Amino acid sequence: MRLSLEARAKPARIMVWASPLIAAVGSIIGVSILFAVLGRDPLAALNILFVAPLETIDGLAELGLKATPLLLCAIGIAVGCRAEVWNIGAEGQFTIGAICGGGVALAFGGNDSWWLLPVMLLAGIAGGMAWAAIPAFLKTRFNAHEILTTLMLTYVSIQLLGYLVHGPWKDPQGYSFPQTRQFEADALLPMLIEGTRLHIGVVFALASVPLGSILLGRTMLGFQIRTVGAAPAAARYAGFSRNRIVWVCLLLSGGMAGLAGICEVAGPDGQLTPVISPGYGFAAIIVAFLGRLNPIGILFSSALMALLYLGGEGLQVSMQLPIAVTGTIQGMLLFFLLAADVLINYRVRLKPSRAAAGATGHA
Amino acid sequence: MDARSLTPRLRLSGITKRYAATLANSDISLSIAPGEIHALLGENGAGKSTLVKIIYGVVRPDAGAIAWEGAPVEIADPNAARRLGVGMVFQHFSLFESLTVAENIALGLGASETIAELTVRIEEIARRYGLAVEPTRHVHHLSVGERQRVEIVRCLLQSPRLLIMDEPTSVLTPQEAEGLFDVLRRLSDEGCSVLYISHKLEEIKALCEHATVLRAGRVVGECDPRVSTEQQMAELMIGGALPTAHRAAPLREGRPCLEVARLTLMSDEPFGTHLRDISFTLRDGEILGIAGVAGNGQKELLAALSGERRAPTAEAVRIGGVAAGLLGPAARRRLHQSFIPEERLGRGAVAEFPLRENALLTVYQAGFVRGGLIRFASVARYARDIITRFNVKAAGIDAAGSSLSGGNMQKFIVGREIGTNPRVLLAAHPTWGVDIGAAIAIRQALMDLAAAGSGVLVVSEDLAELFEISDYIAVLSGGRLSAPKRTHETTVEEVGLLMGGKMEAGAGPAVADAA
Repeated sequence: MRLSLEARAKPARIMVWASPLIAAVGSIIGVSILFAVLGRDPLAALNILFVAPLETIDGLAELGLKATPLLLCAIGIAVGCRAEVWNIGAEGQFTIGAICGGGVALAFGGNDSWWLLPVMLLAGIAGGMAWAAIPAFLKTRFNAHEILTTLMLTYVSIQLLGYLVHGPWKDPQGYSFPQTRQFEADALLPMLIEGTRLHIGVVFALASVPLGSILLGRTMLGFQIRTVGAAPAAARYAGFSRNRIVWVCLLLSGGMAGLAGICEVAGPDGQLTPVISPGYGFAAIIVAFLGRLNPIGILFSSALMALLYLGGEGLQVSMQLPIAVTGTIQGMLLFFLLAADVLINYRVRLKPSRAAAGATGHA
Repeated sequence: MDARSLTPRLRLSGITKRYAATLANSDISLSIAPGEIHALLGENGAGKSTLVKIIYGVVRPDAGAIAWEGAPVEIADPNAARRLGVGMVFQHFSLFESLTVAENIALGLGASETIAELTVRIEEIARRYGLAVEPTRHVHHLSVGERQRVEIVRCLLQSPRLLIMDEPTSVLTPQEAEGLFDVLRRLSDEGCSVLYISHKLEEIKALCEHATVLRAGRVVGECDPRVSTEQQMAELMIGGALPTAHRAAPLREGRPCLEVARLTLMSDEPFGTHLRDISFTLRDGEILGIAGVAGNGQKELLAALSGERRAPTAEAVRIGGVAAGLLGPAARRRLHQSFIPEERLGRGAVAEFPLRENALLTVYQAGFVRGGLIRFASVARYARDIITRFNVKAAGIDAAGSSLSGGNMQKFIVGREIGTNPRVLLAAHPTWGVDIGAAIAIRQALMDLAAAGSGVLVVSEDLAELFEISDYIAVLSGGRLSAPKRTHETTVEEVGLLMGGKMEAGAGPAVADAA
């Protein structure tokens, strides 16, 4: 007997949603083995990873805090992916959004102006959009692939942030630490729950779920986006401009990543530092695919990914495990997801081995 | 001839092949005598291709036995088939454009012969069978008919005893097809059997001495095509009485609805065909048929008319009198032009979208979107209307495009394009690969639209179809269009000569451009 993959007559709908669950279970098994190999009690470690963060109000608030940038970035990425526009540079657009909004905060903070926060948020969105406009231009004008350009621009943006906080924007009273001065109180996002760090940004993130669903499912623009992704020749035939869709998708996902960036620095951080994101923009790619490029699915997958970040921190503190464990689990999730996705189009069958097949063929 | 009474060259018994949910071949038995030209007849999806792939060793049957010259054999792969003496000319050729004919053939043979030796052998074979093939020419210079001859020579070099031809005439002019039949008859006289796959009944009557008819994976009948009528064979194929299409009496001459003036357009693809100085006028209530062998500029002309490619000037294309040459597809649709494209899934419709969304694809400007939001209730009603009016067999408006058969998908697309009452309808190969029942329904729909006053332009390779429905026929060859002629004032022979590139005096020779 041998295992063989056999093409399904049509894609299995149930597997589209079963596959993320298989991936989650596979990752839990994988990570348990990892804990055991590292000499930790797997059950205790899983408890710290998945249960402990959810037991307190503070933990839940932190979960929302971490899910906010993931959700914003992932929904933007997912809309692009539906048109086969692969923006994998959300991390860079996030960074530029933080720089632009943060710049407004540093320049105009402390005057108690009512317009400061809205302008900061708009500056963040505009920064993310502008950063994503570069790959959009390169793709529509020179056919340069956005996977390369968006990724490379991410490193440029991180260098730019490093230059600013080491140089012109460095806090003069900061003992030479590479960071800007603290934002004034009027440049910080209002908190939602007193005593926690959960800020108003989570409202934007949650609002993006129904808005994303409506865009993709009910608007003509969303229909065009899906058509360009599913059948480019059909889009051309229907008269939908691919270039326009490339621009829309990149500007939208760039703007959302930029909003996530400014919310992060005007929320929990309150200043610009060389490292403002623990890889939210990259993790959001996993979140988007885990959520099946569907805004409602992404709501759940972003919560799961936020939990991984939180639990990973818990493991660092109480079990002295390195932060790399979080990255490993993220990697496992993606790995198992891609493997399980094969089952959408194929099924596993046990087949008699070749020699046996020859014999039965004449029966 | 007593050869017919000898051991059959090939005998299949009880061949069965099942794919996931469908039974492609069920208990098929047939036998081919030495030197016999045997037709395999059936609609798309009847199981012809699967059966042929089994004979050629591409697919292994689940059950059944194959006997070659009386001895049981198992054909493991195409190499084994070739060693037995089975040659096959596929519908789609596998030739490298940038190599010469001899180089291409050498690749396929994989023998240790030098190109020079091979060239001599190719010329010998070509002379013996009257196949015009020049071994030193590059393939990208060759017409489709010439390419097919290369494939045939490739097979003949291996002295086959059974030659399988899969829909060979779909790419040939009538004269080229006649030439092919001569070659096949000569092969038959020399004792080589031919398995000839087609759904063109007039050809089978002219060529074959025995026919096996398949329907839904089973043998539903055998006949002698020289004796049976086309009507009888068609009814065997579709398993019922043959419906017919009727053309309403032609109207008086209408006003121009689509005018093309001196359109010249360079192809944007390597090895594409440039359009040269194309002019014609389509009038309200008329059907203009454009005949021609594939690859002579049909794709390019349709893209230029639909707006997927822009013309050099606005005046080159006028729709309803409006200069439209520089407009894109959406803007041309606003001028009440519709288009049925050649490819169904992937262009005319999106495979993974439900019919409800596929209905929206091209009619979104007809009041189905308000304030950027899709009015799904109206779209659903439109989709349901199409399904009812064109008798589309589908599980409902939520069925994915990919779940429909080719013919039903095409009926849906035709319904969608006609449903907005266009003034101009462009139809590319509207019944290609569609079963007979659907083809008749589609032709009827085109004729009804013209009778209601719209202009219809049909590009097709099926001459019988064009002669049945068109008021005028023009021929596209080497990117040039002949002057449209009234259908009843021209003949299949005349159109065939034009398809072969013989334009009227003054138009100059049509040369398919290479680079």
